[in-house]
Amino acid sequence: MRARTARSLYGVIAIVVAIVWVFPVYWMVNSSLLPNVTLQSFVPTFVPFGGSFANFQAALADGEFYTALGMSVSITLIAVFFCIIFAFLGAVAISRFRFRGRKSFIIAVLVVQMLPAEGLFIAQYKMVASVGLLDSVVGVSIIYIAAVVPFTIWMLRGFVAGVPADLEEAAMVDGLSRFGAFMRITFPLLAPGLVASGVYAFLQAWNEFTVALVLLPSESAQTLPLWLRGFVQASATRATDWGQVMAASTLVAVPVIVFFLIVQGRLTSGLVSGAVKG
Amino acid sequence: MTATVERRRTNRAPYLLLIPAVGILLVGMGYPLIWQVVTSLQEYGLKQQFGQPAPFVLLDNYIELATNPQFWTVVAKSIAFCLVTAVITLAIGVLLALLMNAVGKAPRIILQVALLLAWSMPVVAAMTVWIWLFDRRRGAVNYLLDMIPGVDMNRFNWLETPTTFFIVASVIVIWMSVPFVAFSSYAGLTQVSDEVLEAAALDGANGRQRFFGIILPMIKPVIAIVFLLQIIWDLRVFTQITMLQDAGSKSSEFDLLGTYIYKLGTKSQDFGMASAVSILVLAITILLSWFYIRSLLKEDEK
Repeated sequence: MRARTARSLYGVIAIVVAIVWVFPVYWMVNSSLLPNVTLQSFVPTFVPFGGSFANFQAALADGEFYTALGMSVSITLIAVFFCIIFAFLGAVAISRFRFRGRKSFIIAVLVVQMLPAEGLFIAQYKMVASVGLLDSVVGVSIIYIAAVVPFTIWMLRGFVAGVPADLEEAAMVDGLSRFGAFMRITFPLLAPGLVASGVYAFLQAWNEFTVALVLLPSESAQTLPLWLRGFVQASATRATDWGQVMAASTLVAVPVIVFFLIVQGRLTSGLVSGAVKG
Repeated sequence: MTATVERRRTNRAPYLLLIPAVGILLVGMGYPLIWQVVTSLQEYGLKQQFGQPAPFVLLDNYIELATNPQFWTVVAKSIAFCLVTAVITLAIGVLLALLMNAVGKAPRIILQVALLLAWSMPVVAAMTVWIWLFDRRRGAVNYLLDMIPGVDMNRFNWLETPTTFFIVASVIVIWMSVPFVAFSSYAGLTQVSDEVLEAAALDGANGRQRFFGIILPMIKPVIAIVFLLQIIWDLRVFTQITMLQDAGSKSSEFDLLGTYIYKLGTKSQDFGMASAVSILVLAITILLSWFYIRSLLKEDEK
């Protein structure tokens, strides 16, 4: 009996914690639906009755949004595409072959994985500026690929190693070439791993702020996070249209939340063996 | 004959496969890193930005840093911020993992979904919401705190003084980081076998003894790694501090290492000093990471 009361008490605590934790996310959506008049009242409105999508229309009417969306989409696509190819080849190398320098390469990859953008951005700025690639998609993409490839190699390594080499050899005995065996047997088995690491690269590139801030100084070359930050910056000097800011935040966050929920299981299970970069 | 050809091919294959990854790492990380080491040994200020040659000054930049009290204040603040935030994150995360373990399916899933939603929020979007929540006049936080009898938080400006500014920053970072800790600790907890716990209970071990005697030792490796990662990540909070400064004040009292380097590079254009600080941050990170990397390497050898 006592155990039962304890259990339901814990249940109540869990639900209270859940409400507290989800509140900011809820608040973003709630405010995005409310007109500014309501948001400026001294008493907050906790449920968006009578709300509308007007804030979303206003945010989308901002011409800079589409420029930023274009930048974010191009950079993310380039980063994901090259990152997957490079990391896949690297993962095959370290999990299918034993070669001299393998261990040093793995250590280098793990060290690079930990390096914070904040410790390198001055140098990256100088390098990208010296070749005239500031404010360009290419400059940022190169840095993003380099930043994400290490963890992706590490993540894919597990998947490649998970496909038994015996399976490939059996296919080769049956007359397939080494390349053929790889493409027909191993590759399809790797698909989930490739999807997971692709989504990981997407999340990193889409959310990235620090490198973009440094390498995209011009207003006309902002990515979505920089565009969003512009709203908050403006709020320091004039009254903020919080409804519109929250609508903009929701627009940026929704694709991320959707993709994140897809790979969530893989991210959490991968945590113990190789953590996710935060 | 064919055997040698085959061997040579397989010997070369891994290196060919690594070319793209190594190439991009050399361009994106390697070159900047070397440039930064060299620049940290040079006088590289405003004049050099306009094309004057940069003289080598050996360790002058580092010596100047070591004797600069402002730098030490920033370092001390960063370390304090990082430790406090990481410890609280870890404590809450582990408690929530225990909670997930103790409740029925429905509350557990509700809690997990809430944590996942918080975890998945892009940093910049999360920051805008939090700044709105802590808004002086219309923010929900002041409103809710104001409802507590005897507490007057009406128009309280959180971002005005460094202490409350960093409390806000810490709350936000904790909110973002707890889900990661909670989920990994929970994954560790599910590995603890029920039989062992039941056997211990039969032998008369109480809840506390079971926690400290069985559960904690079993999830210790996971917790150690998660804690280490939190410290490494919390040491370099940049986006959060930058955006809180956007909404509050850009004064140097509100700087941590990330924003300090950024201002040295952009405002003062002192790349020599900025590089020196960056090198120190990288050195601390690698030092701390070493334990983590070692545990990953062990994983690889298995």
